[in-house]
Amino acid sequence: MATLVAPVQHSHIEDAKALYKACKGWGTDEKAVISILGHRTAAQRQQIRLAYQNLYQEDLVKRLESELSGAFEKAVYRWILEPADRDAVLANVAIKKACPDYHVIIEIACVHSPEELLAVRRAYQLSYKLSLEEDVAAHTTGDLRKLLVALVSVLRYDGPEINARLAKSEADILEDAIKNKAFNHEEVIRILTTRSKAQLMATFNRYRDDCGTSITKIIRNAIKGAGTDEDALTRVIVTRAEKDLKVIKEVYYKRNSVTLEQAVAKDTSGDYNAFLLTLLGKAD
Amino acid sequence: MAEIEALIKALSGHGVDEKTVISILGNSQPEHRQAFRKEGGFFAEDERRFERWNDHHVKLLKHEFMRFKNAVVLWAMHPWERDARLIKEALKKGPNSNSVIVEIASTRSSDELLGARKAYHSLFEHSIEEDVASHIHGKEKKLLVALVSAYRYEGPKIKEDVAKSEAKALISAVKNAEKQNPIENDEVVRILSTRSKPHLKSVFKHYKEIAGQHFEDELDVHLILQAAVQCLITPQSYFSRVLDEAMRDGADKNTKKGLTRVLVTRADVDIRAISDDYRNHYAIPLADKIEAKAKGSYKEFLLTLMARGS
Repeated sequence: MATLVAPVQHSHIEDAKALYKACKGWGTDEKAVISILGHRTAAQRQQIRLAYQNLYQEDLVKRLESELSGAFEKAVYRWILEPADRDAVLANVAIKKACPDYHVIIEIACVHSPEELLAVRRAYQLSYKLSLEEDVAAHTTGDLRKLLVALVSVLRYDGPEINARLAKSEADILEDAIKNKAFNHEEVIRILTTRSKAQLMATFNRYRDDCGTSITKIIRNAIKGAGTDEDALTRVIVTRAEKDLKVIKEVYYKRNSVTLEQAVAKDTSGDYNAFLLTLLGKAD
Repeated sequence: MAEIEALIKALSGHGVDEKTVISILGNSQPEHRQAFRKEGGFFAEDERRFERWNDHHVKLLKHEFMRFKNAVVLWAMHPWERDARLIKEALKKGPNSNSVIVEIASTRSSDELLGARKAYHSLFEHSIEEDVASHIHGKEKKLLVALVSAYRYEGPKIKEDVAKSEAKALISAVKNAEKQNPIENDEVVRILSTRSKPHLKSVFKHYKEIAGQHFEDELDVHLILQAAVQCLITPQSYFSRVLDEAMRDGADKNTKKGLTRVLVTRADVDIRAISDDYRNHYAIPLADKIEAKAKGSYKEFLLTLMARGS
C-alpha cells in the first residue's frame, strides 16, 4: 500500500502558481515545495508540470533544478519525473558511476512488471539515444554482464500459470548450483532471467520445501550488498511511495526493530529529511 | 505420354496446378489412371499385384495442396501473431530451423519484435526468451536468446570511434576462432544483440576496412552468425537468398517454406527491394522465377501479393 497522502481535489493551476511564488526571488521556500509536491500523485504532478509550462513558459523541473541543491534536489528531481523517466535516469546514473551500482539495475529490472520495465527502456532510449541493454552491456563484463543484460532485456510472461513439474526440475538445478557454489552457472542465469514471476515463485517455494531454507537468504548472503546510503534511501522511498512503501515500512520495522521514519530521521537532515518524511506519510 | 508428364508436373513444385489436374485427371478413364499409376514414381507395385500410393508421396501432396491455405492464413494474420507462430514452429522443428528465429529477431523493427513477444505470451503462455533458452542447446544458444530479447535503439546516431573499436573486437574474436567459436564470444554477442542497426552497418564497414575482407566471408564464422549479420545489415540480400534456396530443385520441406514466409512477411515491407536484389543476384526477375516454380492458386496468390499497388 502507498504511504503518499494526497488530496483528491486540487487545482494544478493553483499549485503551479504557488510553486512559482515559492521559487521567485532570492532563495526558495522549500517548505512550500515539499508541502505541495510531497502530497501529489504522479498524475497530479504531471498536470502541475504542464500548468507551470503553460503559465510561465518554463519547465518546472529545470526551475527546481536551479533553485534546489544537494540530496534534496536529487530527491525532488526524481519525484517529479514520470516513473519511467525517473527509473531511466536512475539506471543511467547507476551505470555511469566509476563503480557501477549493480543493485540499482537489478532492482529496476526485477521490481517492475514487464510493461513497466518496457516503459523504462523506451524512456531510456528517448533520453540517452541508446538502448538500456546497450549501455549495461558496454559497462559490464563476464558473468555480471550476462545476468544484467538478460534481466533488463527480458519481457517475462505475466500470467499466473505454473508448471509444477518444471518447478521441481528447476529447483533441483538451483540446488545443485548452490551446493557447488556455482552462481554463474548458465542454467541458474537462464532460469532467473527468463521464467515468469509466477513460475519463479513456484520454483522458489519448491526449493524451500525441499531444502528447508529460503533461497533469498542464500542469495543475499552471496551477493553482499553495500550498506544504506543516501542515494539508495532516496531511490527506494521516492520510487515506492506511491506503491507499496507501507508494506516495506512494516517489513523494515520487523527486521530492524526501528521504524523507517526513525532511521530516516537519524541519517538525514534539513529539507531532504522533511521531504522523505512527507513521502513516508508523516502528517505535517 | 504427354498428359502423364503434364499431370506429374502439375503435382510437383510449389503448390498444385489445380486447373491442369482437373482437366487431365478429371477427364481420365480408368486405363489413363492406371497408366499414370505405372509411371511417375508416385505409386509402387504391391506384392498383391496392384499399384499402391506411396505413403510418403501422399504426405508430400498434402503439403502441396496446403501451401495455398497456409499462405492465406499467414497473410491474414496480425504480423505479431505471425512472427510468434513462426518462431514457435521453428523451435519445434529443431536446430535446422534456428535460422528462422534469427531471421525474425533480426529483420523486424524493435516494436515489431516486441509485439511478437507479447503475442507469444498470449498464444503459448511463455516468453520467447524462456522457450529459446530452454529448447536450444549448442553454440548458437547465447546469440539466439540475446537476439530475441533485443529492443534496439532506432535513431540514426552512431559513434564512429565506438564502431571502430567494436570492429576490432570482432576481428580479434575471428582471429581467436581456434580457441573459441566467435558465435560464443561474449563481445560478439553483445555487439550484435544490443547495438542499433545503423551502428552495426558502421561496425562492419570498419571491419572490411581493417581486416581487408567482409565478415561474412571469413571461413571460421558459424552459419548462424553469418545469417545474423546479413539479416541485421543487408536484409534484402538475405531474403533473396532464402527465396532462391526455397525454389531450388530438390529443396527440402523446411527450406521450401521460405517462399511463403518471405513473400507473406515482406509483401508490406520491402518486397520491391528484395525483388531488385534478386534480379541483380540471380539474373532473373523474382516474379518470373515464381511463375516458373509455383503452381495454381498458390502461385496466383504470391504473384498478386507482389504486384499489389504497382
